[in-house]
Amino acid sequence: MTAANAVKRPRFSLPRWISAAPHMAWCVLFIVAPLLFICYYACTDPETGHLTLSNLANVFRAEYLRILWRSVEYALIATAVCLLIAYPLALCITRMKQRHQSMAILLLMLPMWINLLIRTYSLKNLLESNGLINQFLGLFGIGPVPILGTGFAIVLGLIYNYLPYMVLPIYSVLSKMDRRLIEAASDLGCSPLATLWRVVLPLSVSGIISGITMVFVPSISTFFISSSLSDGTILLIGDVIEKQISLHTARSYSVGASLSFILMILILVSLFITNRFGDKQEGVVL
Amino acid sequence: MSKLIELVNVSKSFDGEPVLNNINLYIRDSEFITLLGPSGCGKTTTLRIIGGFETPDSGEVLFEGQPMTHLPPYRRQVNTVFQRYALFPHLNVYDNVAFALRQKKVPREQIRPLVEDMLKLVALRGFEKRNVTSLSGGQQQRVAIARALINRPRVLLLDEPLGALDLKLRKDMQNELKNIQQATGITFIYVTHDQEEALSMSDTIVVMQNGVIQQIGTPTDIYNEPKNAFVADFIGESNIIDGVMRADYRVSFDGQVFKCLDRGFAANEPVDVVIRPEDVDVVAPEKGMLRGRVTSVTFKGVHWEIIVDIHNFKWMIQTTDFVAQDSEIGLYIEPDAIHIMKKSEFSGMYGDYSSYSDELDRLSDPEADETESAEGEEEEES
Repeated sequence: MTAANAVKRPRFSLPRWISAAPHMAWCVLFIVAPLLFICYYACTDPETGHLTLSNLANVFRAEYLRILWRSVEYALIATAVCLLIAYPLALCITRMKQRHQSMAILLLMLPMWINLLIRTYSLKNLLESNGLINQFLGLFGIGPVPILGTGFAIVLGLIYNYLPYMVLPIYSVLSKMDRRLIEAASDLGCSPLATLWRVVLPLSVSGIISGITMVFVPSISTFFISSSLSDGTILLIGDVIEKQISLHTARSYSVGASLSFILMILILVSLFITNRFGDKQEGVVL
Repeated sequence: MSKLIELVNVSKSFDGEPVLNNINLYIRDSEFITLLGPSGCGKTTTLRIIGGFETPDSGEVLFEGQPMTHLPPYRRQVNTVFQRYALFPHLNVYDNVAFALRQKKVPREQIRPLVEDMLKLVALRGFEKRNVTSLSGGQQQRVAIARALINRPRVLLLDEPLGALDLKLRKDMQNELKNIQQATGITFIYVTHDQEEALSMSDTIVVMQNGVIQQIGTPTDIYNEPKNAFVADFIGESNIIDGVMRADYRVSFDGQVFKCLDRGFAANEPVDVVIRPEDVDVVAPEKGMLRGRVTSVTFKGVHWEIIVDIHNFKWMIQTTDFVAQDSEIGLYIEPDAIHIMKKSEFSGMYGDYSSYSDELDRLSDPEADETESAEGEEEEES
């Protein structure tokens, strides 16, 4: 506890309140209000405007549940693969010289400066039956292998787009780790692998959790990546919501809102579960 | 006592900057040896080479006569107490101390009594469940010692382990460390820049500067028979005066010839003369061998520390009798208080008390500061 913390602050301070006002207004307008709209559309009858739970009950239908399950499945696979790629990568980057580290991080972030749509279109181009990948396979007399329109293409798209969000928080935790802790583990008899398992991994849990959150949440709610890489043949929950809302009818609004509502609960539950694992760690701010 | 660890012609540089220059050193079993020197002198690098965290560019490290230069740290019978402790923040006190035993796959039921013994040794019983980050510096220090000792290493390396503690606690821990060392019989290799700490704890002191060992000896040897101006200045306070050996047992400085106990120098060889401040007697001006004017008087509790100007050379003298500022006094120096050193690269760099400490000089010198901090970081990082 620092001395500054011990000083009692006045409960209400006008300058502080004013400085927070723009952000507060923003939150109310663009976060709280839309959430309330979702709740409103999800919980009222589209014709009469009376409170009802029938909209929510209606979306528990086999076709929606199947799509919901598929979304969860793809998001989980993408998150797991991202973690498997990102952790060793982040570890490698922290072992580089400082100059090279900045370079590696820059290279990693570079695709993020390009719009997600453009990135996804370029990936689509690569995966097409006459795309670069199939041309390469063709050299060995294989293919053309249909990649577009498969679940594989969608998962690949998710990994491709969201990998940096997994690497960065893990890298940030690993790069701040005290090198002496690794030396201490080695000093106390740990081989490099044992050091990774007993010291480095437990101390980077907070980064892993941030990474999982930052990949899983956008993955499960994505709509553009899936519809684009499957040419609309495989729908995820985000696609369904988007379609319903863009129909602009009272009926479709309540379906879209109900699905959003359920997705939101799903995300909150999964966040709660992942955060339980990181309870002992000091959380990394997202 | 046999040689446990031996460093043979060890050299090391970082980014082309030499840090260790041809170090030769052996460490005997069960001794308490201290590597002493200012920051950037290479003492920490030497320790890290013994611990296995650095590999020397050339030279060999032997353990009981067997080369261990390229053994990784986890294969060495050496454990380390790190600077700022490096305790595992995700483990509690018990788990930190038990860490090495778990790695060795010692059965659970054997670990508990061993950990408890260790915590008893460092006076931390009852702290098992505590989070290490909630402990005070002194307590973390003890956990670090317990964690390193539980393996019963042949050698314990300690890298400025008391640096972060305040004075009183540091004195207590010095005694405790010495007691632990004697109780366990484990060889301690201790790194510090605190000369008092080194003198009071060590069996052997290795004084280092500029990546070179300046002197190896017992604390009394190092204090009474410093080998060059650097050692004389770094260990305790000293007046270092230019002198000339006239003959065996005869040295001249300040225009006079004094009796001394040293011999074996060439006739008229220039030398450095060391006189410790506590070895000079203050007498009436007419009775003194030298006379001068007191320019400053500082009360130190046990004694007065006075600065005396003799022919523009400022002497420091410690006396239990009060002397007034600006008074004329005489100095009387016994032959056994005069110590003669050969001239060295450090001659002329130390010895005058016109400005109080050369550390302060260095701090106020922007150029020297730059090189100093660069070296310090070098050592820190590596």
